[in-house]
Amino acid sequence: MNLHEYQGKEILKSFGVRIQEGIVVNTASKAVDAAKKLNKKTGTKWWVIKAQIHAGGRGKGGGVKLVKSLKDVKSVSEKIIGMQLVTHQTGAEGKKVNKVLVAQDVYYPGESETSEYYMSVLLNRATGRNTIMYSPEGGMDIEAVAEKTPHLIYKEEIDPKSGLLPFQTRRIAFNLGLQGKAFKEMTKFVWSLYTAYEKIDAALFEINPVLKTSDNKILAVDSKVKLDDNALYRHKNYVEMRDLEEEDPAEVEAGKYNLNFIKLDGDVGCMVNGAGLAMATMDIIKQSGGSPANFLDVGGTANAETVEAGFRIILKEPNVKAILLNIFGGIVRCDRVAQGIVDAYKSIGNIKIPIIVRLQGTNAAEGAKIIDESGLKVHSAITLQEAADLVKELV
Amino acid sequence: MSVLINKNSKVIVQGFTGNEGTFHATQMIEFGTNVVGGVTPGKGGQYRLNKKIYNTVKDAVDETNADVSVIFVPPMFAADAIMEAADAGIKVIVAITEGIPTADMIKVKEYLSDKDSRLIGPNCPGIITAEECKVGIMPGFIFKRGSVGIVSKSGTLTYEAVDQITKAGLGQTTAIGIGGDPIIGTSTLDAVKLFEKDPETKGIVIIGEIGGSMEAEAAEWIKENGTKPVVGFIAGETAPKGKRMGHAGAIIGGKADTAQAKKQILRECGIHVVDSPANLGSKMAELLK
Repeated sequence: MNLHEYQGKEILKSFGVRIQEGIVVNTASKAVDAAKKLNKKTGTKWWVIKAQIHAGGRGKGGGVKLVKSLKDVKSVSEKIIGMQLVTHQTGAEGKKVNKVLVAQDVYYPGESETSEYYMSVLLNRATGRNTIMYSPEGGMDIEAVAEKTPHLIYKEEIDPKSGLLPFQTRRIAFNLGLQGKAFKEMTKFVWSLYTAYEKIDAALFEINPVLKTSDNKILAVDSKVKLDDNALYRHKNYVEMRDLEEEDPAEVEAGKYNLNFIKLDGDVGCMVNGAGLAMATMDIIKQSGGSPANFLDVGGTANAETVEAGFRIILKEPNVKAILLNIFGGIVRCDRVAQGIVDAYKSIGNIKIPIIVRLQGTNAAEGAKIIDESGLKVHSAITLQEAADLVKELV
Repeated sequence: MSVLINKNSKVIVQGFTGNEGTFHATQMIEFGTNVVGGVTPGKGGQYRLNKKIYNTVKDAVDETNADVSVIFVPPMFAADAIMEAADAGIKVIVAITEGIPTADMIKVKEYLSDKDSRLIGPNCPGIITAEECKVGIMPGFIFKRGSVGIVSKSGTLTYEAVDQITKAGLGQTTAIGIGGDPIIGTSTLDAVKLFEKDPETKGIVIIGEIGGSMEAEAAEWIKENGTKPVVGFIAGETAPKGKRMGHAGAIIGGKADTAQAKKQILRECGIHVVDSPANLGSKMAELLK
């Protein structure tokens, strides 16, 4: 589950991680009140207005602005709230901004230069251990750093037996070139950050940038926090942070039926049992000259209700020219799935595009018979190759 | 010969009395698997499917000499169940459970590091040695005894491969579903090494997907050490980019994890990569001719 910047920061703060303070609002007039409040609390004279959407690259897209007066807080917030923000991660249509975070300005001048660092915490799948990845090259796209200057990316792996150890936090602070007060601040920052990661069952922390202020404080200016969905049962208080408006409506609808759906922009819909076979089916559609309109895994229970829900979700897309159902029956019986397809087809009525049904495995022949005898405009296949050929023929 | 399990394997079912556990235990027994008992804490001494239930894995092992366990325990208790099996000396632990928190699996991996147990999964369909022993949820009837070893991250895609191999007239030694979670007990490479050592296995099928670097790791080992023909398929050529959050994961893995990049690496290592999953069986038949 993905969180907004402001939600991630709230959580980090609760574990003692110093953050750039801010207040989240959904109107421009509330933004002005928030700016005044921040001025009282932190003394900040300038503010940063930050669009809250689940995507990176907000600054480049025009969703993050430094403002120097209350008048500008209002006018800039007015502009950002409600805008369709386009970044390299949102796709061309962008994402609607419903909230902004009014944040204190932390780049104020002082006794030393400010510096930006990169820091993330995540699982290293190769070793099965949590790892702190960090770099003195902060504030930039980390993929670019990895490509151009890979020697400037450092990793600190955490032994699950001992947990994070103090020498590791010191090594991080040394590698980032810190000393004095900033050094101590950084060791504390890393310690609190990693503690938070473990305590909340996070799947990813990405703090870019981590800032050393001109008065040598270390704080998180941004936060990208992803929680482990499998562990949410232990963190009911975070479940309500889920923002459904950030998710594709079709994907949310599919979730209600326990269908795992991802919308794509092709012309052939598909419905498959099992994630691996679903991806393979998408690949086959492409190799047959079509382009997949979606990923849809119906899981282990393909019945009339789920098949109907799947059909309805796929059919909402006007450019879908055909649908391929690919079911490999193991525990699931193909004749039951076939009956489900026939029932769903009749219940929806008026399906104008061709449906290709490939049933293989348990009772496949009986399933094909049900489809063929139904009199519906449904093409049945048994092998994967037959299904691929039908896609080629019909699209 | 075969790998990991055979007709002599003595299997216990953890989470025996749950719906899933009982259903799949029934199917395993029908397949011919020697299920010697089950474990459900608090129900020790009772019977189900004419098999004795034990309170602990240790009790079950002491009385039955079980050496294989299959786990159908709900996600919140599954990590504990795996560690209990390892503690009791179970040699092959097959965890079917989907949805175990990653933090729990970090602990499990560490716990198993000095134990003499092999974990398969979690979030996997299990293992079958054709015509001998089924431990898991794969449909047994599509298997036929033969000479091909299969290792796969995906459930239904494994069935697809098995079915094609059977219909190509080849048959299988053992099929291993290793699971698709971020932390799993047995990697693609571990499975490939087992098949390489097994004299009955003449060819190997590797089925992978986007994410992680396990297939590449196996491919590089095969390039140096492999003696048997290997057919590979990587699902996800058309999977959308940017749907995964955190490109940090790809950077830390060190290798490109797209389907295209993986296929490229596999090909460079001499693996026969098929672009269409419909050609898995025919390709292997061609190579073993």
